[in-house]
Amino acid sequence: MAAAVSIEGLSHWYGRGTNSRQVLQGVDLSIQPGEVVLLTGPSGCGKTTLLTLIGALRKVQQGQVEVLGQSLNGASRGSRQRLRRKIGMIFQGHNLLRCLTAEQNVQMGADLLLDQSYLARRDLAREWLRAVGLGDHLNKLPHDLSGGQKQRVAIARALAAHPRLLLADEPTAALDSTTGREVVDLLKRLAREQDCSVLMVTHDPRILDVADRLVKMEDGRLFSSVG
Amino acid sequence: MSFWQSRRIPLASLMLIRQPVRLAVALAGISFAGILMFMQLGFRDGLFDASVTVHRRFDADLVLISPRSTSSVRMAGFPERRLVQSMADADVEGITSVHWSLMLWRNPETRTTRSILGLGFDPEDPFFINPDLPPEAALLSQKGRVLFDERSRPEFGPVAEWFRDGRIVESEISGNRVRVAGLVALGTSFGADGNLLTSSETFLDLMPNKAPGSIELGLIRLKPGADAAAVQARLTKLLPNDVRVLTKQGFIDFEQNYWRSSTSIGFIFTLGAAMGFVVGCVIVYQVLYTDVSDHLPEYATLMAMGYRVVTLVGVVVREGLLLALIGYLPAYLAGQGLYWFVRDATRLPVGMDFTRAFTVFMMILVMCMLSAGLAMRRLVDADPAEIF
Repeated sequence: MAAAVSIEGLSHWYGRGTNSRQVLQGVDLSIQPGEVVLLTGPSGCGKTTLLTLIGALRKVQQGQVEVLGQSLNGASRGSRQRLRRKIGMIFQGHNLLRCLTAEQNVQMGADLLLDQSYLARRDLAREWLRAVGLGDHLNKLPHDLSGGQKQRVAIARALAAHPRLLLADEPTAALDSTTGREVVDLLKRLAREQDCSVLMVTHDPRILDVADRLVKMEDGRLFSSVG
Repeated sequence: MSFWQSRRIPLASLMLIRQPVRLAVALAGISFAGILMFMQLGFRDGLFDASVTVHRRFDADLVLISPRSTSSVRMAGFPERRLVQSMADADVEGITSVHWSLMLWRNPETRTTRSILGLGFDPEDPFFINPDLPPEAALLSQKGRVLFDERSRPEFGPVAEWFRDGRIVESEISGNRVRVAGLVALGTSFGADGNLLTSSETFLDLMPNKAPGSIELGLIRLKPGADAAAVQARLTKLLPNDVRVLTKQGFIDFEQNYWRSSTSIGFIFTLGAAMGFVVGCVIVYQVLYTDVSDHLPEYATLMAMGYRVVTLVGVVVREGLLLALIGYLPAYLAGQGLYWFVRDATRLPVGMDFTRAFTVFMMILVMCMLSAGLAMRRLVDADPAEIF
């Protein structure tokens, strides 16, 4: 089976000309379908940049990047946008829509599935909220949910669009240790069930054991270690 | 694709509903702009309309006036025999001469004087189409009797009330005693705060300076099926150039054009409406711009999830559209109330007509769309790469 993510010699610079700063230096990485990879490293070492490049949010400058069988070298804005529909993203902050209830937020994810009816998508949203243990909070606004609950809604939203790849940037940063543990376990279990690859950036040493593989990054270079 | 297949979460309406303060500010702004536009355009149309209330009542196909007349407040005289000469044309069925001048009416209660428009005509040959003159019109053949316009401004005194109470209402015009013989309903205009009808004979007594044999208005009725424009052309050729021949519509246009072009009324009220439009634009733009700015991280998140920019633009456009639709309703109702109030206070014929209701709606729609168009430029700043 083809790798979910395959990267060769990826380099990235911020800024132009003499002011430019290299953040990634010849990164090689491949993630197999269903694999859970944790990316750690000091802050400012380029983890988030790597995540945004894999998530088709930035243009690839140098190197080969292939995500879910699609090459991102020179990919147009439109094709990157379409690819993003197959990638679930979970952010450091929950980034939920404040004006929508938990159910509606998750349905914003499910709404990306164009082949299903509105009611089917709504049922899907409810199912996912039940799966993350929020079946009783369908109609609450993000404002009325706790941090852990919000992050669980964000997970449900990311998974509701049936992603083949899940990118998570420090999903436990805003949570206490118990809640963080629960959220990560949930994330891993649900990703497994969906046969979805996961790339998670984290600083949190308490959750490293959920990884199939641990990758360390320092100064824009990757150092792999077996997890 | 069916409705249920393509239906999405109604993000635009939810954003508006879940931010009630912002919605209220936007609606207040739109309503205010709408009311301002209704008011200014209503006044403008009402004033132009009112300037011809009397003109419209004449039962005539062609009208003779002096070329020196500029408007209903400056009607010059011309020889009455020109009107008689027009009988030479085979298509002319009948003629009526009308005296027309502003007079000073003394308020019978407070004894102050005020300018009123007086029309003198032959009571045997009334020239009004509708409503027909009251039976009291026959009394005009007695000297010193007048018909008073009950829609005249209250400054002329409680003439109509007194008359209905059965009192004998007498007053004074240019030092001559007159008695109110009956009431008619005409209406006020720019030039005239009130109207008075009387016989030609009484008219000349009241205005001794008028040259006999000189009239201000000649009404010509044509035979059924006659071509008014053709007769107008023939009469223009036939009569010397001390008279102008107008069709009835031409006479109405003559009056309205005067107020439109010789005064800044049209310009002022149109400018007022434009101000309302601009104020509305600024308010709606501010509200939508702040709304987009506040939700920028959320829009960026949606883009990261794979939503197209077009979808997000659609959200802003829909917000604008909804604001226009919801904001128009209070503006329309307030406009109705305002017109009622203005009619009551000024007796101007200001009313909601479909054209104006539609014009203001379109202006509100353009206002909201324009503002949404400007506000959505802020979406360019929604960079999904920045939200990690």
